Amino acid sequence: MQRNKAFFIGLAWLSFVLGSCMPAVPGPGSTPAPRTLNIMTHDSFDASTSLIEAFEQSHNVRLNILKSGDSGAALNKAILSKDVPLADVFYGVDNAFLSRALGSGIFDAYDAPALATIPSAFQLDPQHRALPVDYGDVCLNYDKAYFASHNLSLPLSLDDLTQPEYRGLLVVEDPATSSPGLAFLLATVAHFGDPGFLDFWRALRANGVAVVDGWETAYYTNFSAASGHGPQPMVVSYASSPPAEVVFADPPISEPPTGTLTGADMCFRQIEFVGILHGTPNRGLAEAFVDFMLSTPFQEDMPLKMFVFPVNPQAGLPEVFSRFAEIPAQPATLTPEEIALHRDAWIQAWHQAVLE
Amino acid sequence: MMVRAGRVPQASLGAGASRRSLLLLVVPLTFLALFFFYPLLTILRLGLSAVGESQPLALSSVLNPLGFTLWQASLSTLLTFAVGLPGAYLFARFEFPGKRLLRALTTLPFVLPTVVVAVAFNALLGPRGWLNLGLMALSGASVPPIQFINTLWAILAAHVFYNTAVVLRLVGNAWAHLDPRLVHAARVLGASPWRAWREVTLPLLRPSIVAALVLVFLFDFSSFGVVLMLGGPRFATLEVAIYTQALHLLNLPLAALLSLIQIACTLTLTTLYARLASRLSTPSAPRAAEEASRRPVGPRQRLAAVLLVGLLLVLLVAPLAALAARSIARLEPNRGQQTSVSAGLTLSYYRELFVNRREALFYVPPIAAVRNSLGYAAATVVIALALGLPAASALARTSRFGRPVDALLMLPLGTSAVTLGLGFVVALDTPPLDLRASPLLVPLAHSLVALPFVVRTLQPALASIPERLRMAAATLGASPWRVWREVDLPIVARAVSVAAAFAFTISMGEFGATSLVARPEYPTVPIAIFRFLSQPGALNYGQALAMATLLMGLTLAGILIIERLRLPGVGEF
Amino acid sequence: MLEVREVWKSYEGASLLRGISFRLAHGETACLLGPSGSGKSTLLRIIAGLEPAEAGTVMWEGMDLAPVAPHARRFGLMFQEYALFPHRNVLENVAFGLRMQNLPRVETEFRAHEALARVGLADFSQRKVTDLSGGEQQRVALARALAPRPRLLMLDEPLGSLDRGLRDRMLADLRRILALDGTPALYVTHDQEEALAIADRLLLIHDGRIQRSGTPAEVYADPGEAWVAQFLDMGTLVQARVIRSSPLRVQSELGVLAPRCTHAHHAVGVSLTLLVRRAPLTIERTAHRRYNVVRGIVQEVSFRGDSYRATLDSSTHRIAFDLPHPVAPGTALSIHLAPEAVLCLK
Repeated sequence: MQRNKAFFIGLAWLSFVLGSCMPAVPGPGSTPAPRTLNIMTHDSFDASTSLIEAFEQSHNVRLNILKSGDSGAALNKAILSKDVPLADVFYGVDNAFLSRALGSGIFDAYDAPALATIPSAFQLDPQHRALPVDYGDVCLNYDKAYFASHNLSLPLSLDDLTQPEYRGLLVVEDPATSSPGLAFLLATVAHFGDPGFLDFWRALRANGVAVVDGWETAYYTNFSAASGHGPQPMVVSYASSPPAEVVFADPPISEPPTGTLTGADMCFRQIEFVGILHGTPNRGLAEAFVDFMLSTPFQEDMPLKMFVFPVNPQAGLPEVFSRFAEIPAQPATLTPEEIALHRDAWIQAWHQAVLE
Repeated sequence: MMVRAGRVPQASLGAGASRRSLLLLVVPLTFLALFFFYPLLTILRLGLSAVGESQPLALSSVLNPLGFTLWQASLSTLLTFAVGLPGAYLFARFEFPGKRLLRALTTLPFVLPTVVVAVAFNALLGPRGWLNLGLMALSGASVPPIQFINTLWAILAAHVFYNTAVVLRLVGNAWAHLDPRLVHAARVLGASPWRAWREVTLPLLRPSIVAALVLVFLFDFSSFGVVLMLGGPRFATLEVAIYTQALHLLNLPLAALLSLIQIACTLTLTTLYARLASRLSTPSAPRAAEEASRRPVGPRQRLAAVLLVGLLLVLLVAPLAALAARSIARLEPNRGQQTSVSAGLTLSYYRELFVNRREALFYVPPIAAVRNSLGYAAATVVIALALGLPAASALARTSRFGRPVDALLMLPLGTSAVTLGLGFVVALDTPPLDLRASPLLVPLAHSLVALPFVVRTLQPALASIPERLRMAAATLGASPWRVWREVDLPIVARAVSVAAAFAFTISMGEFGATSLVARPEYPTVPIAIFRFLSQPGALNYGQALAMATLLMGLTLAGILIIERLRLPGVGEF
Repeated sequence: MLEVREVWKSYEGASLLRGISFRLAHGETACLLGPSGSGKSTLLRIIAGLEPAEAGTVMWEGMDLAPVAPHARRFGLMFQEYALFPHRNVLENVAFGLRMQNLPRVETEFRAHEALARVGLADFSQRKVTDLSGGEQQRVALARALAPRPRLLMLDEPLGSLDRGLRDRMLADLRRILALDGTPALYVTHDQEEALAIADRLLLIHDGRIQRSGTPAEVYADPGEAWVAQFLDMGTLVQARVIRSSPLRVQSELGVLAPRCTHAHHAVGVSLTLLVRRAPLTIERTAHRRYNVVRGIVQEVSFRGDSYRATLDSSTHRIAFDLPHPVAPGTALSIHLAPEAVLCLK
C-alpha cells in the first residue's frame, strides 16, 4: 500500500511538472498576439534581459533564441537546413568560416543604415550579406604571478615561444575542435606563411607545448592562473579574458591575475557576423533585429555579456575593459577566401606536425 | 531447476496472439522509423552522395579511428570486468552496513553526464586535483607528479568509472540468484572451492557475463565526451572523428562514411546482445537474493569484504566525492607562489547560483535548470513508457520478433549523437514533422536512448505472468482488454515504476544528444554546467561545480527510489 | 564409523541444535526423525562440512573432521531439492563426483551409467535435467550421490515428491543398495512410514537433542514419552489414574484400562499418561470384559488400503482405531484393545 501511494504521488507530481512547463498563454483582450522571431546563434550568445525585453515590447515580438552549439556546429546546421531555414536571423559566423557561409547562399543582403558608421576593416562582405557585430582577439594570456616569481620576461613574439626558457609553459587547443585554437593557428600562418608555419609548430612541439581539445580544458585544467591552477602559465585565450577574471572573481580582486601578449601577429582578430537567413517570412522584423544588434545600447551591453568588443565606434567600453583589456596593435588577419581555401589542409598538416 | 510434477505446458499461442503482438509493435517501430531511421538515412544519403566531390578520402582517416576505437574499447572492457566481477561477488554474497547506499553510489556514474565526469576526474586527478595537491604537499614538489589528464589512462579510468555499474548489476544479480546449494552439492561430490567455482558457478554466470561484456563494449565503443574532454586531441575514436569532421571541418562525406561504419559495428554488437539476453531471464532455482548473502564470517572473509568495498570506493566514489569537496572549497593562489593553496570551506558558489549578478538574459537560476531537466525527464518518461509498454508486451508474448526488434531498439545507443542531431536538422523540416526548433526534440532524443532500458525492464516482468492467470480470467468472462487491465497491469505496475525511474534518470543525465540538438532556451542542468565552464572566472568554475554536485544529489535520490521499488530479480537492463 | 559429539548450532540467534550426539556404525542406516525446522538439514550440512558447528565435534573412525574440507571427506549428500546442475545433462550430473576423483574417462562413464541403471534411468543419460519430472530428478540426484561410492551417505528427505508406488520401490532399492555396499547411511525424513521401512535405528530429535534412539521395533513397542508417541502418530493420548498396582489397572475417561508398562511399580492414585494405539484390537459384541474396552459411536470411516480407520466418539474422547472391516457410521461399537495396544508413557 505504501508503495502504491508513492507511485501515485509520483504520478501526480509528474503531471504537475509537465503542466508547469506549458508556455504562458497571453490574456484575452490584450494587444494582438506577438509575432515570433527566431534567432539562431552559437552557444555563447548572451544579452541583458532589459534590453531584450525592450526590443520585444517596442516591436511586439517574441524573440526565440535557438542556441545551436559552437560557431562551427551552428553554421553547419544552418547550411544543412537552408532550404527550410530553422530561423529568421543567424548570428555567430566568424571570419574563419565566412567564405563558406557566403558561398552556401544562406544569407540575404541587407544594407543596414548603421553600417555607415562601422569601420571598413570590419566589413568583410561588400555585398552586406553578413554584417559585422563584434570582434574579439584571440591572444595568449599569461599568468602574472608565475612570470614574476620565476623572473621570466614576457615573450615578445611568436618566435620567442620556441625558446628554451619557455619550455612546457604553453598550452594550445586543437584547431580541429576549438575556435580559439583555429584562430591561433591562423595567426601563425599569417605570420610565418605556408608552409613556414609548420616549422614553427614543430619547434613548439619540441619545446613541450601542451595540446588539449578545447578552451574549457585549456583554461580550467591547464592554465595556472585560473581556478584549475594547472601547470602552464600561458594559454591561448581571448584579450577579454583578463577583464572577465576581474568580473567573475571571488573574492573580488582589483587587478586581473592575467595579462595578454600583444606582440606582432601574436593575436588573431575574430570578427563575428550576423545575417538574415534567406527565405525568412519575417524580413521586416529581421531587419529591425539586425539594426538592434548594431545599435549603441546593444553594442555597449555586449562586452560584459559575451566578452567581445563592439564594432560600433560610438559604443563605449565598460571600465573594466578599458582598464584591463589590452588591445593588440597589430593583430594577425587573413582574408576569408584564403582561409576557406586552405583551412582544412592547414589543420591536417598541423595534426601531422604536432600530434603524430 | 525445479520442475514439479504436473507442470502446465506452455499455452500454445495461436495466430491471433502473434497478430496482436505485431499490432503492439507498430507504435514503437513507427517511432523508431520516424525519429531514428528516417533522419539517419537522410543525413547519410546526403553525406555519401557528396563523396568524391571534396578531397579524396584517405583510408587511414577511416582505419585509424576505427582501430583506436576497438583498441580502447577492448582495454576498457577488460579493466571494467577486472573491477566489476569482484564487485559483483561482493554484492551477491555479502551483507554489510551501507550496502544499499554503496550500490546506489556505484550506479550513479552510469547516469551522470560526461561533462560532470570530466570535471570530477579533474577535481580528483587533474594537475590541481586533490591527489596531486596531496602528493605535492607531502613531497614538497612544485610540479604535479601525476600527469593523468590527456593520457590513455584517463580515458580508461573514466570508462571503468562509467560502466562498472553494468557489470555489478547484471552479473551481481545473476550471482545473487544462484542457488548456493548447487555449489554445496559440488563441494560434497569432491570439488575443491576453485573447482566448484569453475564447474558450477562460472557456467551458470556465463550468460550474464557475456551480456555484460557486450553491453560494456558497446558503451565504450560509442563513447564520446570522455575521449574528447579527458583524452584530448591525440585520441580520436570514431565518434570523436565524426564530431570533428561533421561539425568543425564540415567534411560531411567522411563523417557519413564513419557513421556508417559505426552503425555496422553497433548492429553487430546489438544483435549479439539480443541473442544472449534471451538466455538471461531463465533463473536457475530462483531464490530471494537475501538468502544467499550474509555477513562475512571469519577474518579472511572480512578482509576480502573490506578490500572489495575499498576498491569500489576508490574507483567509483572518490571522483564524485572530489567533485563535491571541490564545490565547497576555495583554493586561491597566494600571489607569487604557484604551489601553496589556502583552502577554505565556502558555500558562496551555491549562493551565487541563485544570483543573476549581471542581469544576463541567459542566466539560468538553478531552479529553472532543474525544472527544465525535470520537465524533459517527465516528458521522456511518458514517451518512453508509451512506446515501451506495447513493445515489451509484444516481445513478452512471442519470441519470433524478439531478437531482431531487440537489436533494433538498442541501435540508438551506439549511434553517433552528432549524426542523429544533423539528421534531425535535415530530415524533420516539413510539417507536421517540423520539430527542429521544438523543445519536444529533446525528450524525443532522450526517449531513443531510454527506450531499450525501459523495454528490457518491462519485458521480463510481463513474461513472468503465468499464462494460466490469463486463461483463468478469460474463462471468468474477461475480454482481452479487461484481462490486460486486471491481470497484467497490477503485476507489472512495479516494473513500470522501475522503468519510469530508469527513463527519468537517463534523461536527467543526458548531455551529448541534448547539446547537439538545436533547442530553444530551456537548458538542462548538464547544459547549464557546461555553460558555466565556457567562461573564465573563479565564480563560473565554482558554480559549475556547485551545479554538478546538485545534479549528483538529485540523480542519487532517483537511483535510491529505483532501489526501493524494484522487484528483486526483475529487469536489470 | 561416524561419531557426532555434542554439536551445537544456533540459527538467527536462537539455538537450534543443542548438543547432538550419536554414533553410526558401518552398514547401519539410521533415520533422523524430527518435526520440520528441528535442524535436521543443518545437522547434515555440518556433518558434510558445509557449515561449521558452534561447538562439538564430528569424527570419522576416531579422527576429528574439523580440519578436513568438504570435498575431501567423501561423504555423499542428497539434497532436499536435488540441486541438480541445470547446465549439465543427466549423465554429466551423475558423473560429476567421479570426475572430481580424476578417474579415467572410461571408468567414469561406465560407473555413471551403472549408477543410472541402478535407479532405473538407464535411457535417460542424454536428457536435460530441466526436462525431467520430480520423480526422475530425484532419482538422478540419488544416482549422483551414489556413483562416487561415498563412505557415508546422507539423504535429506530424498523421496518426498514421489508417488506411493514409486516411493516404496525406491525405498526397497535403496535398502538393497545400502546393504550391498555396506555404506552407512543417515536418512532424514519427517515421514514415519519411510523411517520404519528403511531404518535400522531411529534417532528422534526433540528440543535440539537426540532424546530417543533405538530400533523401530523398540521404539514402537515402547515409545516412552508423550512427544515420541505424538510425533510418530501412534495413537491417542489419554490421562489416567492408578487404581490398582499389581496387576496394573488404571481408571481413565475411556474406562478401566490394563496398560503395559515397562517401568517400576506405580502406587495407587498416581496419575499416568497412556497411549491408546489404533491396533491390535477386536470388536466385541458382548459387554462382559471389564477392562481395555472402549465403547462409542462411529463417526467417520475412511479406507486406508489395509484397514479402515474409524473415528469413535466415546462421549469423552474422539479416538481413532484401525478396523479390519468397514463399519457404517452411527454404529455403536465396543472395541477390545489387545494388551500391547495400551502403553504407559512418562
